[in-house]
Amino acid sequence: MNLLVILLSAILVNNFVLVRFLGICPFMGVSKQVETALGMGLATTFVMVVASAATWLIQWFILEPFGLPFLQNVAFILVIASMVQLVEMFLHKTSPSLYRSMGIFLPLITTNCAILGLAIMAVQGGYTFIESVVFGLGGGLGFTLALVLLAGIREELRFSDVPKPLQGAGIAFIVAGLLSLAFSGFAGLV
Amino acid sequence: MSTTVVSLISMGTMGALFALGLAVASKKFAVETDPRVDEIEEVLPGVNCGACGFAGCRSFAEGVASGKAPTNGCPVGGARVAKLVAEILGVEDQGSAGRKVAQVLCKGGHEEAKRRGDYMGPQDCRIANAVQGGDKGCSYGCLGYGTCASVCPFDAIVMNENGLPVVLEDKCTACGKCVAACPRDIIVLVDEVQGVHIRCRSEELGRAVRSVCSVGCIACRRCEKACPTGAITVEDNLARIDYDKCINCRKCVEVCPMNTIEAQEGKPVIKKKSAS
Repeated sequence: MNLLVILLSAILVNNFVLVRFLGICPFMGVSKQVETALGMGLATTFVMVVASAATWLIQWFILEPFGLPFLQNVAFILVIASMVQLVEMFLHKTSPSLYRSMGIFLPLITTNCAILGLAIMAVQGGYTFIESVVFGLGGGLGFTLALVLLAGIREELRFSDVPKPLQGAGIAFIVAGLLSLAFSGFAGLV
Repeated sequence: MSTTVVSLISMGTMGALFALGLAVASKKFAVETDPRVDEIEEVLPGVNCGACGFAGCRSFAEGVASGKAPTNGCPVGGARVAKLVAEILGVEDQGSAGRKVAQVLCKGGHEEAKRRGDYMGPQDCRIANAVQGGDKGCSYGCLGYGTCASVCPFDAIVMNENGLPVVLEDKCTACGKCVAACPRDIIVLVDEVQGVHIRCRSEELGRAVRSVCSVGCIACRRCEKACPTGAITVEDNLARIDYDKCINCRKCVEVCPMNTIEAQEGKPVIKKKSAS
Protein backbone atom coordinates (compact mmCIF):
# COMPACT_ATOMS: atom_id res chain seq x y z
CA MET A 1 0.00 0.00 0.00
CA ASN A 2 2.77 2.35 0.98
CA LEU A 3 4.53 1.67 -2.34
CA LEU A 4 1.38 2.49 -4.29
CA VAL A 5 1.07 5.79 -2.45
CA ILE A 6 4.68 6.67 -3.25
CA LEU A 7 4.18 5.75 -6.89
CA LEU A 8 0.95 7.71 -7.39
CA SER A 9 2.27 10.64 -5.41
CA ALA A 10 5.34 10.84 -7.65
CA ILE A 11 3.28 10.54 -10.83
CA LEU A 12 0.35 12.84 -10.08
CA VAL A 13 0.35 14.73 -6.80
CA ASN A 14 4.00 15.70 -6.76
CA ASN A 15 4.63 15.44 -10.49
CA PHE A 16 8.25 16.44 -10.97
CA VAL A 17 7.62 18.75 -13.90
CA LEU A 18 4.17 20.19 -13.32
CA VAL A 19 4.11 20.49 -9.55
CA ARG A 20 7.75 20.60 -8.42
CA PHE A 21 8.89 22.45 -11.59
CA LEU A 22 12.02 20.34 -12.05
CA GLY A 23 13.30 19.38 -15.48
CA ILE A 24 11.53 22.17 -17.36
CA CYS A 25 14.25 22.31 -20.00
CA PRO A 26 13.46 19.03 -21.79
CA PHE A 27 9.78 19.59 -20.95
CA MET A 28 9.76 22.58 -23.30
CA GLY A 29 12.51 21.40 -25.61
CA VAL A 30 11.43 17.88 -26.55
CA SER A 31 7.65 18.26 -26.49
CA LYS A 32 6.95 19.08 -30.11
CA GLN A 33 6.09 15.52 -31.15
CA VAL A 34 4.42 12.80 -29.10
CA GLU A 35 6.78 10.13 -30.40
CA THR A 36 9.93 12.03 -29.48
CA ALA A 37 8.42 13.07 -26.15
CA LEU A 38 7.64 9.44 -25.35
CA GLY A 39 11.19 8.38 -26.23
CA MET A 40 12.64 11.16 -24.10
CA GLY A 41 10.30 10.27 -21.25
CA LEU A 42 11.23 6.60 -21.34
CA ALA A 43 14.95 7.37 -21.53
CA THR A 44 14.60 9.67 -18.53
CA THR A 45 12.51 7.08 -16.69
CA PHE A 46 15.21 4.48 -17.21
CA VAL A 47 17.88 6.83 -15.92
CA MET A 48 15.69 7.76 -12.94
CA VAL A 49 15.02 4.15 -11.93
CA VAL A 50 18.63 3.04 -12.24
CA ALA A 51 19.91 6.24 -10.66
CA SER A 52 17.54 5.97 -7.69
CA ALA A 53 18.71 2.41 -7.04
CA ALA A 54 22.39 3.24 -7.46
CA THR A 55 22.25 6.44 -5.44
CA TRP A 56 20.47 4.64 -2.59
CA LEU A 57 23.27 2.07 -2.45
CA ILE A 58 25.93 4.77 -2.61
CA GLN A 59 24.25 6.91 0.01
CA TRP A 60 23.78 4.13 2.62
CA PHE A 61 26.79 1.89 1.90
CA ILE A 62 29.47 4.40 0.96
CA LEU A 63 28.67 7.97 1.89
CA GLU A 64 27.07 7.45 5.33
CA PRO A 65 29.42 4.75 6.71
CA PHE A 66 32.52 6.70 5.67
CA GLY A 67 31.09 10.02 6.89
CA LEU A 68 31.04 11.62 3.47
CA PRO A 69 27.46 12.93 3.05
CA PHE A 70 28.91 16.22 1.78
CA LEU A 71 29.97 14.38 -1.37
CA GLN A 72 26.35 13.54 -2.13
CA ASN A 73 25.94 15.86 -5.15
CA VAL A 74 29.23 14.84 -6.71
CA ALA A 75 28.62 11.13 -6.26
CA PHE A 76 25.05 11.30 -7.51
CA ILE A 77 25.96 13.31 -10.60
CA LEU A 78 28.67 10.74 -11.32
CA VAL A 79 26.07 7.97 -11.29
CA ILE A 80 23.58 9.94 -13.38
CA ALA A 81 26.17 10.95 -15.96
CA SER A 82 27.29 7.34 -16.38
CA MET A 83 23.72 6.15 -16.79
CA VAL A 84 23.01 8.82 -19.39
CA GLN A 85 26.11 7.81 -21.32
CA LEU A 86 24.87 4.24 -21.28
CA VAL A 87 21.42 5.23 -22.52
CA GLU A 88 22.97 7.36 -25.21
CA MET A 89 25.09 4.49 -26.52
CA PHE A 90 22.14 2.13 -26.36
CA LEU A 91 19.85 4.51 -28.28
CA HIS A 92 22.51 5.31 -30.87
CA LYS A 93 22.77 1.61 -31.56
CA THR A 94 19.11 0.65 -31.47
CA SER A 95 17.22 3.69 -32.70
CA PRO A 96 19.29 6.21 -34.68
CA SER A 97 16.22 8.22 -35.67
CA LEU A 98 15.14 8.71 -32.06
CA TYR A 99 18.77 9.46 -31.19
CA ARG A 100 18.84 12.21 -33.81
CA SER A 101 15.44 13.71 -32.95
CA MET A 102 16.37 14.00 -29.26
CA GLY A 103 19.62 15.69 -30.21
CA ILE A 104 21.29 17.69 -27.48
CA PHE A 105 18.53 16.94 -24.96
CA LEU A 106 19.70 13.34 -24.62
CA PRO A 107 23.13 14.13 -23.11
CA LEU A 108 21.40 16.95 -21.24
CA ILE A 109 19.47 14.39 -19.19
CA THR A 110 22.68 14.41 -17.15
CA THR A 111 21.96 17.91 -15.98
CA ASN A 112 18.23 17.34 -15.69
CA CYS A 113 17.56 18.61 -12.19
CA ALA A 114 14.56 16.29 -11.90
CA ILE A 115 16.91 13.32 -11.63
CA LEU A 116 19.31 14.78 -9.11
CA GLY A 117 16.28 16.16 -7.26
CA LEU A 118 14.71 12.72 -7.21
CA ALA A 119 17.86 11.11 -5.82
CA ILE A 120 18.23 13.71 -3.10
CA MET A 121 14.54 13.64 -2.19
CA ALA A 122 14.65 9.84 -1.90
CA VAL A 123 17.47 10.19 0.62
CA GLN A 124 15.75 12.99 2.53
CA GLY A 125 12.50 11.02 2.65
CA GLY A 126 14.36 8.16 4.32
CA TYR A 127 13.03 5.65 1.80
CA THR A 128 14.05 2.00 1.79
CA PHE A 129 15.71 0.52 -1.29
CA ILE A 130 12.44 -0.71 -2.80
CA GLU A 131 10.67 2.54 -2.00
CA SER A 132 13.50 4.46 -3.63
CA VAL A 133 13.21 2.49 -6.85
CA VAL A 134 9.42 2.87 -6.89
CA PHE A 135 9.84 6.60 -6.26
CA GLY A 136 12.23 6.73 -9.23
CA LEU A 137 9.80 4.82 -11.42
CA GLY A 138 6.94 7.12 -10.40
CA GLY A 139 9.05 10.20 -11.03
CA GLY A 140 9.99 8.95 -14.47
CA LEU A 141 6.43 8.01 -15.39
CA GLY A 142 5.18 11.37 -14.18
CA PHE A 143 7.84 13.09 -16.28
CA THR A 144 6.81 11.03 -19.32
CA LEU A 145 3.14 11.80 -18.68
CA ALA A 146 3.80 15.54 -18.54
CA LEU A 147 5.92 15.47 -21.69
CA VAL A 148 3.44 13.40 -23.69
CA LEU A 149 0.49 15.54 -22.56
CA LEU A 150 2.20 18.75 -23.61
CA ALA A 151 3.44 17.22 -26.86
CA GLY A 152 -0.08 16.06 -27.72
CA ILE A 153 -1.49 19.52 -27.15
CA ARG A 154 1.33 21.16 -29.08
CA GLU A 155 0.74 18.84 -32.04
CA GLU A 156 -2.88 19.97 -32.13
CA LEU A 157 -1.85 23.61 -31.66
CA ARG A 158 0.00 23.53 -34.95
CA PHE A 159 -3.32 23.58 -36.79
CA SER A 160 -5.04 26.18 -34.66
CA ASP A 161 -5.25 29.89 -35.18
CA VAL A 162 -2.87 31.25 -32.57
CA PRO A 163 -2.43 35.05 -32.37
CA LYS A 164 0.86 36.00 -33.95
CA PRO A 165 2.68 37.30 -30.84
CA LEU A 166 1.93 34.03 -29.02
CA GLN A 167 2.94 31.64 -31.77
CA GLY A 168 5.62 29.08 -30.98
CA ALA A 169 7.15 29.21 -27.53
CA GLY A 170 4.63 31.72 -26.15
CA ILE A 171 1.56 29.54 -26.48
CA ALA A 172 3.57 26.50 -25.35
CA PHE A 173 4.43 28.22 -22.08
CA ILE A 174 0.81 29.21 -21.54
CA VAL A 175 -0.32 25.63 -22.17
CA ALA A 176 2.36 24.36 -19.79
CA GLY A 177 1.12 26.77 -17.14
CA LEU A 178 -2.48 25.61 -17.57
CA LEU A 179 -1.37 21.98 -17.34
CA SER A 180 0.45 22.77 -14.14
CA LEU A 181 -2.68 24.46 -12.75
CA ALA A 182 -4.70 21.38 -13.63
CA PHE A 183 -2.24 19.14 -11.80
CA SER A 184 -2.44 21.31 -8.71
CA GLY A 185 -5.95 19.87 -8.44
CA PHE A 186 -4.36 16.66 -7.16
CA ALA A 187 -2.88 18.49 -4.17
CA GLY A 188 -3.88 17.01 -0.84
CA LEU A 189 -4.84 13.67 -2.37
CA VAL A 190 -2.00 11.85 -0.62
CA MET B 1 43.30 13.95 6.58
CA SER B 2 41.53 10.64 6.80
CA THR B 3 38.36 12.19 5.34
CA THR B 4 40.32 13.39 2.36
CA VAL B 5 41.86 9.99 1.79
CA VAL B 6 38.55 8.19 2.17
CA SER B 7 36.85 10.65 -0.18
CA LEU B 8 39.55 10.23 -2.77
CA ILE B 9 39.53 6.44 -2.57
CA SER B 10 35.74 6.02 -2.58
CA MET B 11 35.13 8.53 -5.37
CA GLY B 12 38.09 7.22 -7.34
CA THR B 13 36.87 3.64 -7.06
CA MET B 14 33.36 4.58 -8.09
CA GLY B 15 34.63 6.59 -11.03
CA ALA B 16 36.87 3.74 -12.13
CA LEU B 17 34.02 1.23 -11.86
CA PHE B 18 31.65 3.37 -13.92
CA ALA B 19 34.38 4.02 -16.47
CA LEU B 20 34.95 0.30 -16.78
CA GLY B 21 31.23 -0.32 -17.21
CA LEU B 22 30.96 2.35 -19.87
CA ALA B 23 34.00 1.02 -21.68
CA VAL B 24 32.41 -2.41 -21.86
CA ALA B 25 29.10 -0.88 -22.97
CA SER B 26 30.76 1.21 -25.66
CA LYS B 27 32.27 -1.96 -27.09
CA LYS B 28 28.96 -3.74 -26.95
CA PHE B 29 26.90 -0.91 -28.40
CA ALA B 30 29.54 0.31 -30.85
CA VAL B 31 27.91 1.72 -33.97
CA GLU B 32 29.71 0.84 -37.16
CA THR B 33 30.38 4.10 -38.90
CA ASP B 34 32.47 4.88 -41.90
CA PRO B 35 35.51 6.63 -40.41
CA ARG B 36 35.58 8.89 -43.46
CA VAL B 37 32.21 10.34 -42.44
CA ASP B 38 33.75 11.78 -39.28
CA GLU B 39 36.73 13.09 -41.20
CA ILE B 40 34.50 14.76 -43.79
CA GLU B 41 32.30 16.25 -41.09
CA GLU B 42 35.43 17.72 -39.52
CA VAL B 43 36.23 19.81 -42.59
CA LEU B 44 32.67 20.95 -43.31
CA PRO B 45 31.60 24.39 -42.09
CA GLY B 46 29.31 22.77 -39.51
CA VAL B 47 26.48 25.30 -39.60
CA ASN B 48 23.89 22.70 -40.69
CA CYS B 49 22.32 25.18 -43.10
CA GLY B 50 20.95 22.52 -45.45
CA ALA B 51 21.95 24.40 -48.61
CA CYS B 52 23.46 21.16 -49.97
CA GLY B 53 20.05 19.52 -49.94
CA PHE B 54 20.82 17.25 -46.98
CA ALA B 55 19.44 17.53 -43.46
CA GLY B 56 22.70 18.85 -42.08
CA CYS B 57 26.48 18.60 -42.30
CA ARG B 58 26.45 15.08 -40.83
CA SER B 59 23.93 13.82 -43.40
CA PHE B 60 25.89 15.48 -46.18
CA ALA B 61 29.10 13.81 -44.96
CA GLU B 62 27.32 10.44 -44.97
CA GLY B 63 25.98 11.19 -48.44
CA VAL B 64 29.42 12.03 -49.79
CA ALA B 65 31.01 8.95 -48.23
CA SER B 66 28.37 6.69 -49.76
CA GLY B 67 28.64 8.40 -53.13
CA LYS B 68 25.19 9.98 -53.06
CA ALA B 69 26.50 13.53 -52.97
CA PRO B 70 29.27 15.19 -54.99
CA THR B 71 32.47 16.16 -53.19
CA ASN B 72 31.85 19.78 -54.11
CA GLY B 73 28.24 19.73 -52.90
CA CYS B 74 28.77 22.13 -50.01
CA PRO B 75 28.00 25.62 -51.35
CA VAL B 76 29.09 27.36 -48.16
CA GLY B 77 32.51 25.72 -48.02
CA GLY B 78 33.18 26.34 -51.69
CA ALA B 79 36.39 25.29 -53.39
CA ARG B 80 38.41 24.97 -50.18
CA VAL B 81 36.10 22.39 -48.59
CA ALA B 82 35.60 20.59 -51.92
CA LYS B 83 39.35 20.08 -52.13
CA LEU B 84 39.63 18.75 -48.56
CA VAL B 85 36.68 16.40 -49.03
CA ALA B 86 38.16 15.08 -52.27
CA GLU B 87 41.47 14.49 -50.47
CA ILE B 88 39.77 12.46 -47.73
CA LEU B 89 37.98 10.30 -50.26
CA GLY B 90 41.08 10.03 -52.44
CA VAL B 91 39.27 11.19 -55.55
CA GLU B 92 40.00 13.98 -57.98
CA ASP B 93 39.00 17.45 -56.84
CA GLN B 94 36.13 18.71 -58.95
CA GLY B 95 36.60 22.29 -57.89
CA SER B 96 33.89 24.56 -56.62
CA ALA B 97 30.44 23.85 -57.99
CA GLY B 98 30.07 27.57 -58.43
CA ARG B 99 28.05 29.76 -56.17
CA LYS B 100 24.66 30.83 -57.40
CA VAL B 101 22.99 34.12 -56.72
CA ALA B 102 19.50 35.44 -57.30
CA GLN B 103 18.89 37.69 -60.32
CA VAL B 104 15.81 39.88 -60.72
CA LEU B 105 14.56 39.76 -64.28
CA CYS B 106 12.67 43.04 -64.47
CA LYS B 107 13.92 46.59 -64.87
CA GLY B 108 10.57 48.36 -64.87
CA GLY B 109 10.39 50.34 -61.67
CA HIS B 110 8.27 53.40 -60.90
CA GLU B 111 10.08 55.48 -63.51
CA GLU B 112 10.08 53.04 -66.40
CA ALA B 113 6.81 51.16 -66.09
CA LYS B 114 3.26 52.44 -66.04
CA ARG B 115 0.64 51.44 -63.52
CA ARG B 116 -2.93 50.79 -64.52
CA GLY B 117 -4.59 51.56 -61.21
CA ASP B 118 -4.13 52.26 -57.55
CA TYR B 119 -3.65 49.33 -55.24
CA MET B 120 -4.29 50.17 -51.59
CA GLY B 121 -4.24 46.69 -50.05
CA PRO B 122 -1.61 44.97 -47.93
CA GLN B 123 1.92 45.65 -49.14
CA ASP B 124 2.60 42.12 -50.36
CA CYS B 125 3.19 41.17 -53.98
CA ARG B 126 1.34 37.88 -53.62
CA ILE B 127 -1.81 39.61 -52.40
CA ALA B 128 -1.48 42.45 -54.91
CA ASN B 129 -1.10 39.93 -57.71
CA ALA B 130 -4.22 38.11 -56.60
CA VAL B 131 -6.27 41.32 -56.77
CA GLN B 132 -7.17 41.72 -60.45
CA GLY B 133 -3.68 40.62 -61.46
CA GLY B 134 -1.94 43.51 -59.76
CA ASP B 135 -1.77 47.23 -60.42
CA LYS B 136 1.14 47.11 -62.85
CA GLY B 137 0.55 47.85 -66.52
CA CYS B 138 2.78 44.92 -67.46
CA SER B 139 1.37 41.62 -66.34
CA TYR B 140 4.85 40.08 -66.23
CA GLY B 141 6.75 42.81 -64.37
CA CYS B 142 7.80 43.33 -60.80
CA LEU B 143 4.99 44.59 -58.56
CA GLY B 144 7.45 46.25 -56.23
CA TYR B 145 5.88 45.48 -52.85
CA GLY B 146 9.06 43.85 -51.62
CA THR B 147 7.83 40.36 -50.76
CA CYS B 148 11.14 38.94 -51.93
CA ALA B 149 13.00 41.32 -49.62
CA SER B 150 10.81 40.43 -46.65
CA VAL B 151 11.13 36.66 -47.08
CA CYS B 152 14.91 36.76 -47.54
CA PRO B 153 16.41 35.28 -44.36
CA PHE B 154 19.81 36.83 -45.07
CA ASP B 155 18.75 40.43 -45.76
CA ALA B 156 20.29 40.00 -49.20
CA ILE B 157 17.48 41.80 -51.04
CA VAL B 158 16.66 45.46 -50.57
CA MET B 159 14.08 47.56 -52.40
CA ASN B 160 15.54 50.60 -54.13
CA GLU B 161 13.84 54.00 -54.48
CA ASN B 162 12.62 53.03 -57.90
CA GLY B 163 10.56 50.21 -56.39
CA LEU B 164 12.73 47.38 -57.64
CA PRO B 165 14.48 44.69 -55.60
CA VAL B 166 18.27 44.76 -55.57
CA VAL B 167 20.17 41.58 -54.74
CA LEU B 168 23.24 42.07 -52.57
CA GLU B 169 25.22 39.26 -54.10
CA ASP B 170 27.77 38.85 -51.33
CA LYS B 171 24.97 38.13 -48.88
CA CYS B 172 22.90 35.89 -51.17
CA THR B 173 23.15 32.17 -50.44
CA ALA B 174 20.85 30.98 -53.24
CA CYS B 175 18.42 29.53 -50.73
CA GLY B 176 15.58 30.09 -53.19
CA LYS B 177 13.07 31.62 -50.77
CA CYS B 178 12.60 34.71 -52.97
CA VAL B 179 12.22 32.55 -56.07
CA ALA B 180 9.39 30.68 -54.42
CA ALA B 181 7.76 33.81 -52.98
CA CYS B 182 7.68 35.93 -56.15
CA PRO B 183 4.19 35.56 -57.66
CA ARG B 184 5.50 36.53 -61.08
CA ASP B 185 8.54 34.24 -61.22
CA ILE B 186 10.83 37.16 -61.92
CA ILE B 187 13.68 35.92 -59.73
CA VAL B 188 15.97 33.16 -60.89
CA LEU B 189 19.12 31.59 -59.45
CA VAL B 190 22.10 31.99 -61.75
CA ASP B 191 25.78 31.11 -61.42
CA GLU B 192 27.60 33.97 -59.77
CA VAL B 193 30.07 34.31 -62.66
CA GLN B 194 27.31 35.14 -65.15
CA GLY B 195 27.25 38.91 -65.60
CA VAL B 196 24.84 39.50 -68.50
CA HIS B 197 21.13 39.28 -67.89
CA ILE B 198 18.04 39.94 -69.99
CA ARG B 199 15.98 41.69 -67.38
CA CYS B 200 12.52 41.15 -68.82
CA ARG B 201 9.96 38.37 -68.67
CA SER B 202 7.26 39.87 -70.89
CA GLU B 203 5.96 37.70 -73.69
CA GLU B 204 3.76 40.51 -75.02
CA LEU B 205 4.22 41.86 -78.55
CA GLY B 206 6.73 44.66 -78.92
CA ARG B 207 4.10 47.37 -79.23
CA ALA B 208 2.23 46.22 -76.15
CA VAL B 209 5.48 46.18 -74.18
CA ARG B 210 6.37 49.71 -75.31
CA SER B 211 2.97 51.01 -74.24
CA VAL B 212 3.54 50.09 -70.59
CA CYS B 213 7.31 49.95 -70.10
CA SER B 214 10.32 51.82 -71.46
CA VAL B 215 12.83 49.06 -70.75
CA GLY B 216 10.98 45.89 -71.75
CA CYS B 217 12.10 43.40 -74.38
CA ILE B 218 10.41 44.05 -77.72
CA ALA B 219 11.85 40.95 -79.37
CA CYS B 220 13.75 42.89 -82.04
CA ARG B 221 16.25 40.01 -82.34
CA ARG B 222 19.30 42.29 -82.49
CA CYS B 223 20.85 40.55 -79.49
CA GLU B 224 20.23 37.18 -81.07
CA LYS B 225 22.18 38.25 -84.16
CA ALA B 226 24.96 39.92 -82.19
CA CYS B 227 25.64 36.98 -79.89
CA PRO B 228 28.82 35.14 -80.99
CA THR B 229 28.07 31.97 -79.06
CA GLY B 230 24.40 31.54 -79.92
CA ALA B 231 23.41 31.95 -76.30
CA ILE B 232 20.40 34.17 -77.00
CA THR B 233 17.26 33.01 -78.73
CA VAL B 234 13.99 34.88 -79.17
CA GLU B 235 10.92 32.84 -78.46
CA ASP B 236 7.35 33.96 -77.74
CA ASN B 237 8.31 37.62 -78.19
CA LEU B 238 11.02 37.46 -75.58
CA ALA B 239 14.79 37.16 -75.82
CA ARG B 240 16.04 34.32 -73.63
CA ILE B 241 19.61 33.71 -72.58
CA ASP B 242 21.23 30.31 -72.21
CA TYR B 243 23.66 30.81 -69.32
CA ASP B 244 25.51 27.63 -70.26
CA LYS B 245 26.63 29.35 -73.46
CA CYS B 246 26.91 32.99 -72.43
CA ILE B 247 30.50 34.19 -71.98
CA ASN B 248 29.77 37.72 -70.67
CA CYS B 249 31.07 39.33 -73.91
CA ARG B 250 28.48 42.13 -73.59
CA LYS B 251 27.89 42.43 -77.37
CA CYS B 252 24.15 42.07 -76.84
CA VAL B 253 24.21 44.85 -74.24
CA GLU B 254 25.60 47.27 -76.83
CA VAL B 255 22.95 46.56 -79.44
CA CYS B 256 19.85 46.36 -77.22
CA PRO B 257 17.66 49.37 -78.19
CA MET B 258 15.51 49.18 -75.06
CA ASN B 259 18.40 48.81 -72.63
CA THR B 260 16.77 45.64 -71.36
CA ILE B 261 19.96 43.61 -71.31
CA GLU B 262 22.19 44.56 -68.46
CA ALA B 263 25.84 43.83 -67.80
CA GLN B 264 26.99 43.68 -64.19
CA GLU B 265 30.27 45.30 -63.27
CA GLY B 266 33.07 43.19 -61.91
CA LYS B 267 32.13 40.06 -63.81
CA PRO B 268 34.79 39.52 -66.49
CA VAL B 269 34.47 37.75 -69.80
CA ILE B 270 34.62 33.99 -69.37
CA LYS B 271 37.40 32.70 -71.59
CA LYS B 272 36.71 29.02 -71.75
CA LYS B 273 33.34 27.47 -71.26
CA SER B 274 33.24 23.76 -70.67
CA ALA B 275 30.27 22.06 -72.24
CA SER B 276 28.05 21.03 -69.40
